[in-house]
Amino acid sequence: MTRPENTPDIVVIGGGNAALCAAITAAEAGARVLILEGAPKTYRGGNSRHTRNFRCMHDGPLGPLVESYSEEEYLADLMKVTGGKTDEGLARLAIRTSEECLPWLEAHGVRFQPSLSGTLSLARTNAFFLGGGKSLVNAYYRTAEALGVQVEYEAKVTHLELNEDRIDFLDYTQGGKSHRLAPKSVVVASGGFQADVDWLARAWGPAAKNFLIRGTPYNRGVVLADLLEQGIEQVGDPTQCHAVAIDGRAPKFDGGIVTRLDCVPFSIVVNKDGQRFYDEGEDVWPKRYAIWGRLVAAQPDQVGYVIIDAKSLNLFMPSVFPPIKADTLEELAEMMGLPADALLQTISDFNAACGNPSDFHPTELDGVSTQGLTPPKTNWARAITEPPFYGYSLRTGVTFTYLGLKVDERAQCSIGNRPVSNLWAAGETMAGSILGQGYLAGFGMTIGTVFGRIAGREAAAHAN
Amino acid sequence: MQTDFLNEARRQAEICNACRYCEGYCSVFPALHAERAFSDGDLTQLANLCHNCRGCYYACQYTAPHEFDLNLPQALANVRQESWEDLAFPRAAGKAFQKNGVMIAAAAVLGFALLFWLASILKPVSGEGFYAVLSHNAMVAIFLPAFLFPLLSIGISLRRYWHRVGAQPLEMVHLARAFRQAANMKNLKGGHGDGCNFEDEDRFTHARRAAHQAVMYGFLLCFASTSVATVMHYVLGMPAPYGIISAPKLLGLSGGLLLVLGCVEMIRLKLKSDRQLGANKAFGGEIAFIGLLGFVGLSGLVLYALGQTSMMPVLLALHLGSVLAFFVLTPFTKMAHGFYRIAALAVDASR
Repeated sequence: MTRPENTPDIVVIGGGNAALCAAITAAEAGARVLILEGAPKTYRGGNSRHTRNFRCMHDGPLGPLVESYSEEEYLADLMKVTGGKTDEGLARLAIRTSEECLPWLEAHGVRFQPSLSGTLSLARTNAFFLGGGKSLVNAYYRTAEALGVQVEYEAKVTHLELNEDRIDFLDYTQGGKSHRLAPKSVVVASGGFQADVDWLARAWGPAAKNFLIRGTPYNRGVVLADLLEQGIEQVGDPTQCHAVAIDGRAPKFDGGIVTRLDCVPFSIVVNKDGQRFYDEGEDVWPKRYAIWGRLVAAQPDQVGYVIIDAKSLNLFMPSVFPPIKADTLEELAEMMGLPADALLQTISDFNAACGNPSDFHPTELDGVSTQGLTPPKTNWARAITEPPFYGYSLRTGVTFTYLGLKVDERAQCSIGNRPVSNLWAAGETMAGSILGQGYLAGFGMTIGTVFGRIAGREAAAHAN
Repeated sequence: MQTDFLNEARRQAEICNACRYCEGYCSVFPALHAERAFSDGDLTQLANLCHNCRGCYYACQYTAPHEFDLNLPQALANVRQESWEDLAFPRAAGKAFQKNGVMIAAAAVLGFALLFWLASILKPVSGEGFYAVLSHNAMVAIFLPAFLFPLLSIGISLRRYWHRVGAQPLEMVHLARAFRQAANMKNLKGGHGDGCNFEDEDRFTHARRAAHQAVMYGFLLCFASTSVATVMHYVLGMPAPYGIISAPKLLGLSGGLLLVLGCVEMIRLKLKSDRQLGANKAFGGEIAFIGLLGFVGLSGLVLYALGQTSMMPVLLALHLGSVLAFFVLTPFTKMAHGFYRIAALAVDASR
């Protein structure tokens, strides 16, 4: 039992970007803040460890960002990926506030890459963290601790005791001991539930057991479930999540960015029966990347296989695991466990449908397409003929889930039609309030930063 | 070279190449991203470009306990250390001294003893100041080979390095760029100008860069002092001793102070740093080398302070003995890294 004089004003549950933004903002407003991070110190930061950039509106050149990126254009990009499934008010708030966030990040120790090589050309819309998300997290922990924020690691919050419209107590365990606190304000920023595969399977069906979890293994949605059970307002569809197709050999948890495969536009992708199932050349890879998670999830055993030949090997970012390599397609089929006859037939049909590849251009939509093939390949369609042949397996990799806590423009949670007077949510825990489906690169960090700061400000105002 | 060190560095480099989050930290990452596969020579070049600032380690989401178990600073430090041993001429001396603090100390003691012995048997009948202890000609006879041999040895090593990494013929413009980067230690600024993560986990500071600058410029000032004195002696006919307001003394005093302070700070930082992020086995050898370098500076300052007392002959032998040991060991200790670093930066500039 923690003595009352040690009770902080504000407890922030979680230790990633949104939690840290909330804690720093609240501490700067003079509140005594305690962060309860469920992970050990080496794994602190949740999915923010794996993030890379921040999508930011700007009126003119800003920090590392060039040109301008208006509210309307940003919103249009969001509308496109979500198919309109968003709360426009909250979305506009996140977008509009992002502009003032970038200097705030810099003032709190975050550093950006001046420019970027590689395949992503997002210098106008996204600011890339120097060193990636873990360096951002490190900077924030240094800043928070300098402000007197206390941090407890491996502190697992088990229950928030809701009484009418107020959180009275908060229970957590650490090192086998139970603790109960009675803070004035609580900020929940403990992510989605994607690391609880059983929960995923309840939402998705048994197929979800075959998914890989790209992000932290610590986001198990314990606090989220606890609050939803007590009737806190929820938002989002449990089957919606950020899911991409990643290297099938990636770790079950925490594989992060390196498990991505950029080779799909130059390939054919088949399922375990050796059949193609979607247009691999629909668009450039970063744009179409996110849809392949769902496409692969819909295939038997939730697995796909990418086949390329020698002429495509150096056209995409290096992969973390080397491709499977064979001198003949029969051999490749055998090495990848695919039915050779079916695969050879698929490739021969595909090759026959490929026209003249002389307009092939790897970095833009080149219109080099198949004729009379179903499904078609509408760009970069070149016959697979040049040995050696290479293959990768694909699986669905889940980054985070969208089912979460519904919040208002002050990041406050509610029960029935009234706000919970001392409960706020930020980050992936409430991202479903804005992201109904789909994903926009760097938008998770925008939501986390904007709503983290709002939650911290409101929690401090309530506590002070 | 130990293939397990190379293979471990290769494994890690391939993961880094798929991630690329660290792109802006230092010269290693753009060089790494330019390749898709890494030969032993490529890894040797990357290893010698790395300044062990550790920024990438603390930014990395794949360090242990993650199963990818990345520790690029250590992987490259091991390859770098091995490369210095392997490229040294004669190779056996590289093996003996690179990692071995005891051997460095022993060599230094030998240097002192030799100087004491020579001073006792070569004691001149006449001569002023230091030359009353050891004649000028005797000093030249001892130090000229001790200076020329290391230059020859390092020359051979650098040629081997050039060959191993498959570099183009040297061009002045690339060398100039390498010296510019070394002069302001660009690669210890962390890409954002906040410094590196050497001594206190993920906190960025300029401490190591400052300490390293003090050692480097302190050493260069001391070297300049000796060079100026040599010119004054032979060209201008102005033999030592020199007064305090003379070029050799001003250069030597400022250089000596910088060198001593830099070495003390460097050892302090090294002791605070996480040894698992460097070439662990070389730790003792590196500390011993910095100790010896610091002692060269300190003994020179003490000799200056007490040069008019009866302790002068003893102090002179200690100082000259440490200088002797330092010169002879230069190709086989941490001192060699300066030459390889310049080479690696020049090779990088040429690509």
